[in-house]
Order: sequence, then C-alpha cells, then structure tokens
Amino acid sequence: MLHLLLFLVFGFACVAGAINLLVQRHPINSALSLVVVMGSLAGEYLLLGAEFVAAIQVIVYAGAIMVLFVFVIMLLNAGEEERTRGSRVALLLGLPGMLIGSVLVAWLLERSPTPSVAAGALKGDPQTIGWLLFHNYLLPFEVTSILVLIAIIGAVVLASPARMEASAKKEG
Amino acid sequence: MTANLHLWLIPLLPLVGAAINGLFGKRFSRKLVTAVGLTFPAAAFALGLWVAIQFPSLGTGLYRESLAVWIRAGDFRVDFAYYLDQLSLVMLLVVSGVGFLIHIYAVGYMWEEGGFYRFFSYLNLFLFFMLTLVLASSYLVMFIGWEGVGLASYLLIGFWFTREQAASAGKKAFIVNRVGDFGFLLALFLLIKHFGSLNFESLFASIQPLRPETQGSGLLTSIALLLMLGACGKSAQIPLFVWLPDAMEGPTPVSALIHAATMVTAGIYMIARSHVIFDRAPTAGTMVAILGTLTAFFAATIGIAQTDIKKVLAYSTISQLGYMFLACGVAAYTAGIFHLMTHAFFKGLLFLAAGSVMHGIGGEQDMRQMGGLREKIPWTFWTMTAATFAIAGIPPLAGFFSKDEILWQAYASSRGSWVYWLFGLITALLTSFYMFRLWFLTFFGEYRGNRATAHPQLTTQTAHAGHDDRHGHGQIHESPKVMLVPMAILAVLSVVGGWVSYHHTFENFLAPVFHDAAAAPLAEAHPTGMSGESPVEEGGKETLFMAISVAAAAIGFYLAWLLYYRRPDLPQRIVSRIPSLYQTVLHKYYVDELYAILFVKPLLAGSTKLLWHGIDQNLIDAGVDASADAARQVSDTMRHMQSGNVRSYAGWVAFGAAAVIAYMVWIGIP
Amino acid sequence: MVPLSYYLILSGILFACGVTGFLIKRNIITIFMSIELMLNGVNLSFVAFAAQWGALSGQVFVFFVMVVAAAEAAVGLAIIIAVFRTRETLNVDYVNLLKL
Repeated sequence: MLHLLLFLVFGFACVAGAINLLVQRHPINSALSLVVVMGSLAGEYLLLGAEFVAAIQVIVYAGAIMVLFVFVIMLLNAGEEERTRGSRVALLLGLPGMLIGSVLVAWLLERSPTPSVAAGALKGDPQTIGWLLFHNYLLPFEVTSILVLIAIIGAVVLASPARMEASAKKEG
Repeated sequence: MTANLHLWLIPLLPLVGAAINGLFGKRFSRKLVTAVGLTFPAAAFALGLWVAIQFPSLGTGLYRESLAVWIRAGDFRVDFAYYLDQLSLVMLLVVSGVGFLIHIYAVGYMWEEGGFYRFFSYLNLFLFFMLTLVLASSYLVMFIGWEGVGLASYLLIGFWFTREQAASAGKKAFIVNRVGDFGFLLALFLLIKHFGSLNFESLFASIQPLRPETQGSGLLTSIALLLMLGACGKSAQIPLFVWLPDAMEGPTPVSALIHAATMVTAGIYMIARSHVIFDRAPTAGTMVAILGTLTAFFAATIGIAQTDIKKVLAYSTISQLGYMFLACGVAAYTAGIFHLMTHAFFKGLLFLAAGSVMHGIGGEQDMRQMGGLREKIPWTFWTMTAATFAIAGIPPLAGFFSKDEILWQAYASSRGSWVYWLFGLITALLTSFYMFRLWFLTFFGEYRGNRATAHPQLTTQTAHAGHDDRHGHGQIHESPKVMLVPMAILAVLSVVGGWVSYHHTFENFLAPVFHDAAAAPLAEAHPTGMSGESPVEEGGKETLFMAISVAAAAIGFYLAWLLYYRRPDLPQRIVSRIPSLYQTVLHKYYVDELYAILFVKPLLAGSTKLLWHGIDQNLIDAGVDASADAARQVSDTMRHMQSGNVRSYAGWVAFGAAAVIAYMVWIGIP
Repeated sequence: MVPLSYYLILSGILFACGVTGFLIKRNIITIFMSIELMLNGVNLSFVAFAAQWGALSGQVFVFFVMVVAAAEAAVGLAIIIAVFRTRETLNVDYVNLLKL
C-alpha cells in the first residue's frame, strides 16, 4: 500500500515536471522542471530497489548534466522563445504519430495482466553492479570510457573560441 | 577425291587483292593498284586452268574439299566447303576468265577516273563472291556469294556515288535483289526443315528418291518456286528486272562483268544446280519456262525502241537471260549453261565495245548522236561486229549454236511446247533486229554528233559526267591497246566458242551432272527427244528449225538494214503511225511508274507516317521523354522533404516509428 | 505491490512528453532537454523490467545509457554554442541551411 502511494507521489511529480517542461516558455524554467523529473525518477528507482542507479541518477544526471544545461542557458542568455512558424509536418504527422504509438503500446500492455513488482525486489547494490560491470560487461565499459574521452575532446574543440576566431580570420 | 586441288585459293586470291587495294590503295600509284588488281584475278584464273587440267584425272568428277567448320547445330551442319563438278568447273572458267579479261579492259577505261583503287578493290571483291558462289558446296555458302555479289553490284553501280542517279540505281538494284533473296531464304528454310541439310550432296541424295509432284502443289514445288523467285531477282526476270536498266549508271566494265557475263547468270546457275528439285516439280519448271519466254519477248520489244546504247544492251541481256530461263524450265540445262557461256563472251564483248565507242567519242551514249564510226574506230568496229553477229545467231558464230539449241529444246523437250519455240523465234528475230539497228546506227551513215568534247546535256540519258570531262582530246579516237586486246580475245571466243558443241562434246561433258535426274523423263541435249518420233525424223525436224531460226536472223538483219541504212526516214514515219504504242514501248511499258505507285509510294508513306512519326517519335521518344519527365517530377516532389527544418525531420521520425509499431501489432508480433 | 504495467505506463508518458517537446519547441536547448526526458523514460522501463525478471543487466544498461547521455549532452551543447556564435539565434527554425 505504501509502495503504491509512494509510486503515485513520485509518478505525479514526474509527469508534472514533464508537462511543465513543455509548457514553459523560458528555457531555464524548463531546465529546472527537468531537474524535478530526474529527482522523482531517482525516487522511483529506489522503490524498485536500484540503489546504485538512483544514486547515479542524482549525481550524474541531475547533478552534472542538468548543471551543464543551466550553464549553457545562462551563458547564451537567449531569453524567451519567440513564436515562429513551425513545421507543419511536425505538427500534422508527428504528434498524431506519437499519440498513436503511445496508445498502441498502452493497449498492448493492458491486454495481458502483468505481474506485480515488490518494493525493493531486486537489490541493485553497488557491489553487485560493480562486479557485473567489471566482469560480464567489461568491454562495453571500456568502450564507453573511450566514448567519453572522445566527447570531451570534441566538446572542447567545438566550443573553443580560438577555433572560431581562426576560421573567422580565414574568411575575413 | 585423293588429290588436293586447293580450291579454296581460287576465291580467296581476289579477296586478298581486294583487301590490299581497299586498305592501302589510296596511297598506291596507279601502276601499283593495277598490278595488285590484276595479279590476283590472273592467279585465280591460272589456278582455275590448272584445276581444269587436273579434272579428268579425278575419276568420277566429283570433288569436295572442306576449309573450316561453320555450323554444327545438332544434326544440321554446314561447313565452309567447296565443291567441284563439271558444272562448277565451266562456271569457274567463265567467271575467272572473262572476269580477268574485263579487269584488263577496266585498267584502260578507268585510268582517268578518280577512285581508281576503290574500283579495283570492289571488282576483286566481286570476283571473290562470285567464285564463292559457283564453287560452293552448300546452299548456305552459295548464299554468301549470292548476297556478296549483290553487295558488290551495289557498290559498283553507285561507284560515282556523288551522282544522284547512280546512287539511286545502286539502291534500286540492291533492294530489288533483296526481294528475290527473300524467296531464296524461304526456300532454304523449307529445305532445312524438311530435309535437314543444305549441302548439295546430302540434300540431293535425300531428294533423289522422291517422286515428281504432278499435281502442281506440294513441298518441292513450293521450294522450286521460291528458288525461282530468288533467281528472278538476281537474273532480272519479270517481275524483278527493273534494276538492270538502271544499273547502266555504273561504269561500262561493271556492266560488262556483272550485268552481262557473271552476276546475272548466278540465278541460272542456281537453277541448274537445283535441277534435282526442279525435275521433281514440273509445275515450277513450267513456270520458269513461261516466265523466261515472257521476259525474253517483253525485253526484246523494249529494246527495239531505246536510244541509249547501254540501255539497248541491258534489255538485250534481260532478253537473253529469259532464253536461259526457258532452257532451264524445260529441263534443257546443258543448253542453258551453254548459252550462258556464249552469252558471257558476246555480251561482255558488246558492252566492252560500247564502252570503247563511248570512250572514243567522248562519253556520248545516245545512238542518235553517233554514226559513221566504222572507219574512225576500226578495231572497235570489227570486234563489235563479231559480237553482234554472234548474238543475232548467224552461223557459225557462237550464239547460233547455243540459241538454236535452246529453241530446239524448247520444242522437243518433254516439258517443251511449240508455243515456247514460237515466242523464242519471234524474240530471236527482234534480237537480230535491234542488235543490227544498234550496229547500223553506231557505225554506218553520217556522223550525227557534235564534237566529242564535254556536252553531256545533249541527250536525255546523259553520259556519265565524270568520264568525258577529263578527256582533253577532241578527236574521235580509237581506244588504247589495253582495252582492245581483251575485246579481241573475246571476239575470237565469240566466233569459236560455239564449236565446243561439235559432236555434242559440251553436252556430254556436262551430262554427268544432270543425268541422275533420270527419275523424271527428260530429254537431255541429245537430239533424240522423247517426243516419240524416230531419230531420223527428229534430226530432220531439228535441221528445219535451225534453218528457220537462221532465216529469222536474216530477216532481222534485212529490216535493220532497210530502216537504218537504206531508208533512214522510214522509222519516223512508222512511229508517227503508232504514236501511243511507240510511247509505251519507249517508256518501258511504264513498269517503273507502276511499281512506284504500287510499292514505293505506299512503303514510303507508311514508313514516314507510321513508323517514323507514329512509333519512333510519338511512342519511343515520347516514352523516353516521359519517363525522364516523371523522374524529374517525382524528385521535385520528394525534395520538399529536405526542408532543413529539424522539427519536420523529427515529425517524420515519430510518424515512421508509429507506423512500424502499428505494423508490428497488426501482424501480431507482441 | 505495484503492477509492472504502471511503471511502463509512466515510462511511456515520459517518453511521449519528450517526443512532444521535441516536436513543438523552438529553442534548441529545450529540444535537447526533451531528448534527455525521453532517455529518462527509457531508463525507467529498463529498471522496471530488470526488477521483474531479476536480471541486474537491466540496471547495468541504465548505467551505460547515462554515460552516453552525458557524452551526448556535452558534445551537443558544444555544437549549440558553435551554432549560436554564427547564427546568433537559438531558434531551430532559423537553422535551416541544409535544405534543397
């Protein structure tokens, strides 16, 4: 019972944050709603017993990625959105498509009863996950670390002003 | 069969000459071109003589040599192979011998012309194809030669291709020949289908046991009629003769070689070679005889009204070919081949002499502008006289023997009839008449022409403009020796050539080729026909007929002498009495115009309207254009997807994802 | 005891919101955040299934997804900064030079 209640609370917070993200006009407000969503999701993970993942969610996602987003928004200081002519295709095809897709998936899910999940059903403690990471999934682990390295280099190169000025000087 | 005669060299030597002259001749000097152009035909002729000497030692007289494998398709096989029997030996000697003589003549005649090397290349090429034709051991190899001589004829008729009449005449010859070839091909297909072979030996062996078809229909008759159609095209019989008078646009040596002595005789040779088939299809044989007789008579009537010297000779050729057709039609094959040989001599000579006359007076071809040339060009006069007397059938010259043999066989052969003989006789009279008319108009009386410098516009049938322009000499002059010597040789042959029939030597020589047609009751060249009379009466009848034909020739001579020498005003008065008849004959019975209306115009109209505009432009071009247009329009529409707008891309992705999910649900994956 | 389908529906809602945001928003950064929202929704369904089937590999996969999302966010934002420098706007409708 408590399980269900907590689930609903966190779920409600998630959905509210998501909808707020859509509704807000200024990107900074959207960013803060996203932080709310991520926090609630961390709570959901805890309900499912995934401690490590919940911690990672808060530390990495909400703590690093969203901070990065906020930095960039404030750096660029773009302000509120203007109203421009959007894409007709996106509105006409995309939204209905998305709706149809979601309805279909939901219908699929409701067709057959799914088993219940107990709170804390699967203990995802750091030790076990660490063991898995360094034994079964060692290769993806290493590959993703290289990926992160590439991302770092790429981000630095792309965003560095010296590069921009150099190419501007070439053209000018 | 044991000796190797190297027959393959005989056709191939002229081919080598043609190749050398054709590929390199442009850079050669005239002397070198002449040397190449004459050596190879000479070698071929020499080889032919050598083969002839070896021939009696061959035993049964049948010789076959195979050069290379060509077609092996299941049971059907054809090789590049040559075949020698008496018939092909005779043809070989005639073709290579007369051909060689005319080559020599052509050196002198064409010396001042442009394209000298090209002419000899084509001439040698023609010789190659003609020799392939006569030496072939199967219908298919013969067909190679058949088509090839048609090609060479086209090339040579249109030798002065910048002249529109010459180019059209070449086209006409080739196209009309094609109609005949169509018949030939159909006959070949029928032969392949029903007998499975085209090689003479195996084919005739399988036809040999068949009974003659007496009902007038059936397979062999169809084949024979189709072969006859092919022969009509090549040998210029009704209805496919219209190309031969136009072919006179070509240089005179061409007319002599191709359209008198050799190519046009290919049809006769082919019929003689196919005698096994014709003997078992009497209806077809009768058709051939009727066609030959009609053509002979018809062409002779046209000949008496023509004013161009070469056209007279052209119609004369058609007429004489009709005689040969008649002979083959009544199964007197040896008579036909005999006349073929003598005709090659005197008709070839007639053309060469006509060329010499034209050369002497600066290119004029209209006989009304000639006259009195007897003293001025004596050599030409005497050789032409020999030829004229020969063709008229005056004994003891060659033409008398061969023509007389045909006339006799036309009556006495088992398929003959007095009707053939009567028409043949009348045609002989007409032949004598128009030939002596030509003789008198050209050589006797007063010279009616202008000075022999370039005035080709005087006549309606213009001389070849290229020939007289280069002659600086304004005098009427004799031709050079290089032209006269071949003429002299042919004149001798025209005189003595008929003497090979003394004691039936010639017929007996050719008899083994035709004797195995004994399945049908035939009369061969022996005067003892199967008409049921006793030999003595037969002999008496034959002598009577001989006398009658000599009389006919004499009457023709007298009439020509009267109308064109003694009383030259008479022709005009006669013509004025029968103007419409004369006009019809003068315009060759309007056959060309009839063909134009019946065939040429509808074909051209159909080709232009239906095939060109209708199908090519509106269907094919439009189709291609439309497909290109459609591609452009599709891409024009599709490019709007690439709007550069990220959100529309996202929209497409979402839509696509939903579509895939829906599809998966629909086919029941989850 | 919460049925699995509830988790999945929540995940689906989050995903749908992400797609909607992607389609209707004009600010590039907001679009990026919608992408992150989608990824989070997917993460939730991963963890839910891992709990149902008792396989920890689902959670490991979530770990990897997060790493990749971080990398992607870093590079993406760097690109946005570069674009902003040249185009002086964050409106995605104005960044349409790649059109036919």
